[in-house]
Amino acid sequence: MSSSGLLMPRGGAGRLVLPPGEAARRVIGEVLADLHSGDHRGVVVDSPPGAGKSTLVVRAAGELAEAGEPLIVIAQTNEQVDDLIDRLAQAKPELPIGRLSANDYTATDRIKNYSTVRVAAKVADLGGSSVIIGTAAKWALVPEGRWPWAIVDEAYQMRSDALLRVAGRFDRALFVGDPGQLDPFSTVETERWTGLTWDPMQSAVAALLRHNPELPVHRLPVSWRLPASAAPVVAEAFYPFTGFSAGTTAAQRSLSFTAAGFGGGAVDEALEMAAATGWALYELPARHTLRTDGEAAAACARLALRVLERGAVAVSERSPGGAPVTADRIAVGAAHRDQVAAIRAQLGAAGDGITVDTANRLQGREYDVVIVLHPLSGRRDATAFHLEAGRLCVLVSRHRHACVVVARAGISELLDAHPSTEPVHLNVPVRFPDGWEANQALLGHVARHRDMNSTAVSLPSPGIQ
Amino acid sequence: MSTLTALARAEAVAVGQAQRITTVRHLHVADRPLVFIPLSMAGEANAPLAALVGTVPDDPRLLVVPQPRNRDQRFGFAAELAEVLLPYLDSFRGVTEAVAANRGKEVRYRYVDAPQVLVPNSAGIGFVRMFGRSTRFRRTDGDYPVQPSVPLLGQWLTFLADRAEHPGSGMLLAMTEALGLHWATGQSALEDAHLAALLAWIDPADGLSGADAAVVAEDPLRWPPAGPATDPTFDNEMLAPAMAAYQEAVGSGDEVRRSRARGVLEEAVRSQLGPTWELMWRGVSLLRELPVGSRVPGRWAEDRDVFSTFTLYVDGGGYPQPRRDGAVNAAQRLHRLERALQSYAVQRAYDDPLVMADHRLTGEAFVGEVTLADAHRIDDSGKRRVLRPRIQVTTGDVVLVTAGAVLHSPSRPGQKARVVFVTPDPASGRTDVVLELSGGLGRSLSPAPGSVPEVGDRLCYTTLSDSFMPPGEFPSREETPWTHGGPPKAYEEPVEPSVDDAREEWS
Repeated sequence: MSSSGLLMPRGGAGRLVLPPGEAARRVIGEVLADLHSGDHRGVVVDSPPGAGKSTLVVRAAGELAEAGEPLIVIAQTNEQVDDLIDRLAQAKPELPIGRLSANDYTATDRIKNYSTVRVAAKVADLGGSSVIIGTAAKWALVPEGRWPWAIVDEAYQMRSDALLRVAGRFDRALFVGDPGQLDPFSTVETERWTGLTWDPMQSAVAALLRHNPELPVHRLPVSWRLPASAAPVVAEAFYPFTGFSAGTTAAQRSLSFTAAGFGGGAVDEALEMAAATGWALYELPARHTLRTDGEAAAACARLALRVLERGAVAVSERSPGGAPVTADRIAVGAAHRDQVAAIRAQLGAAGDGITVDTANRLQGREYDVVIVLHPLSGRRDATAFHLEAGRLCVLVSRHRHACVVVARAGISELLDAHPSTEPVHLNVPVRFPDGWEANQALLGHVARHRDMNSTAVSLPSPGIQ
Repeated sequence: MSTLTALARAEAVAVGQAQRITTVRHLHVADRPLVFIPLSMAGEANAPLAALVGTVPDDPRLLVVPQPRNRDQRFGFAAELAEVLLPYLDSFRGVTEAVAANRGKEVRYRYVDAPQVLVPNSAGIGFVRMFGRSTRFRRTDGDYPVQPSVPLLGQWLTFLADRAEHPGSGMLLAMTEALGLHWATGQSALEDAHLAALLAWIDPADGLSGADAAVVAEDPLRWPPAGPATDPTFDNEMLAPAMAAYQEAVGSGDEVRRSRARGVLEEAVRSQLGPTWELMWRGVSLLRELPVGSRVPGRWAEDRDVFSTFTLYVDGGGYPQPRRDGAVNAAQRLHRLERALQSYAVQRAYDDPLVMADHRLTGEAFVGEVTLADAHRIDDSGKRRVLRPRIQVTTGDVVLVTAGAVLHSPSRPGQKARVVFVTPDPASGRTDVVLELSGGLGRSLSPAPGSVPEVGDRLCYTTLSDSFMPPGEFPSREETPWTHGGPPKAYEEPVEPSVDDAREEWS
């Protein structure tokens, strides 16, 4: 989470008077102007979910490279590197691109077909490339060379110490990322650095801005992914000071079912609610459960499968005539890996192709319908891990059409019993939004989309786990 | 908490005695450890009140600060502690051994043994860290001069406390944590932090169950808190009157009265420290009874290395450790700790089937029997013909690895096994895994004897790898990039303590 938005006036969806497309174009124009001006060593762009971050990166990379400025791109995962190469090679078919990768990397099908893309483990072997793209981990192993420009993608996922290791490779850089996503973490105790401006546990952007507070920070104002039903909710809960709006109107997006729902009971009612309003809360009876709550996992699986069974069709600006919601357009998100394994086991063969993953791994991805197992469902306590705003934000901002939250009743009581007790440290910027408050805000909204019958008739009475 | 530890805790409740969660000991226990039990005074940040320290069970040395609020007495305590600790550290600086460095091109020397300091609990480690911080910047001249041994003590205490953060290091250990690493009790983690209650579960007195013995151990009269915080009732009813009496005796100028009052005070704090002293040595002997894990000496060698390096630094007149880590130092230290944590976790699993069992439950490892073996299989698809034996392992464990994954076997280091096929058999619940072996086979196209598992062998394969991880590269401190504030400022570097440091508010 960024502290950078702290001092901004409270905005919100109503602030924009320009049409969304125009507003976004202007911000991108300002970013590119800042880059070309050469006045700043760094430019930061905050991008809410689905606001066209990759488009911006591809465009900036293309323009800098065409202006003859040798350029490197630093992404966080191999998948992100391949994504960027794929998009950049499509956008600029003439541009020679180098992919810096580990020795044992074999090029994926996506990037094999481009004749302009070269793959090598050493920079020296990528001589003719205008743009060299690699992961931060790989760039950290490059001992020398200095490029006029770097683009750091997903910079809020990058740890400050990772930036320290690569910052010697560039003079100036564009940092792009989503401040609302999960903070970087470590497996070891890092308390001894708390409060230092270079605390290695902060995100790269946080460290950058604490040392260089004069750098320009831009914000992409429009989410092209989130529907009109979700953008204001997510913006208010997770981006309270900067806000963003939906790029589409409610009329442009709709979700419907080709098969009528007979016998689905509460599951069907939740899906109908989600199709009509964009949100649904599928509530199970209050109970303290193991982390792998069997009923909740079963409910997630049934909801996901039911979307397939009922032949959901999504109408959007991309496909005004409607496109079927196939398995690869559905995701189920949870907080823990064992929950993911339990849900996948419940899905069985019928659910092949449905994505089930943790919040960490869903970052940056997009689906039509997303089922979320609420991180606090069935818990006795609300730990910092489960309250983290970024976790919930990732889970409820992956969808283009509808989001169904599966939860045990009693989460708001749980939140009330566990107010934030994180210690306040000197010289540490206050983090916004607070996870507790973000949870309350989101729950408050989703609870209005609860089907009153679901609690009573959802599933057979609980047995011993 | 892992699944098996949770199970062991449940069993401990059912049986009424602590359960072992390892088959071997995962830490080094020195032949001559230094046991150090510090007490601090309530209401004063890290003000030493007393300590019991020594290397022999029947010869503890008692250090007492009759007035912990007095700055001179506080650093007098530091000087006394230095009298015990520094000779102890020096006693390991005898015999060295040669170690090949830089791929055999150089030789460096390290001591064959190293110090090990044991404190009762993690708060004790906190005391060591804070006391090191309060003593290492003191000066021997100017305002508030201290004995020359005091800043040196501070450097060593800081060194030990820093080392205690390093996963797998055994130079400064908390007894509760050392025991908790090997036993699971039927009480909460909070109760486990009380050394007496923890030992009651592990080694209850005759005839009592662990649970009953732990209840007895909660009596602060019989088993006072293991420090550094003291029992408030003791503070009010014994310590405060004894301290006041001592103050009065000092004020009266009567030497006999003063020494009698000091005797009363010493007896009072000894009554608080004595029982913990006993427990510490019981803990040491319990740990010694466990068979040691095969990778423990390797980790202790690392400790010896670090100890040897730091003695050179101190001998060379090295300045005290800086107050804060600079940007590069912080990143490097985090990197070192993360690597150490990972390697420590892998080494424990490799050393101990019971720890590995946790990884089997999560699908990161499986144990099975070799059911087919083709030891002479040659792969001639590449430019060169290479020996690539294949074996099939049949297991009843959950197998979550997929084709292409590279596995290792704890009993066959240096050999990689690439997963070729995974074939579950739903009827029997067993899974066949076909593995292709490379490495550790000898140089010819036929495998060296014993280098390929034979049919009937029972083996463990896991995704955990104990192989060497190259350390990360970082810019030098002077090259700290602009994104992190540029080159470090003076106070992030080790420097000679200034006059201002000597005046630092620590009282």
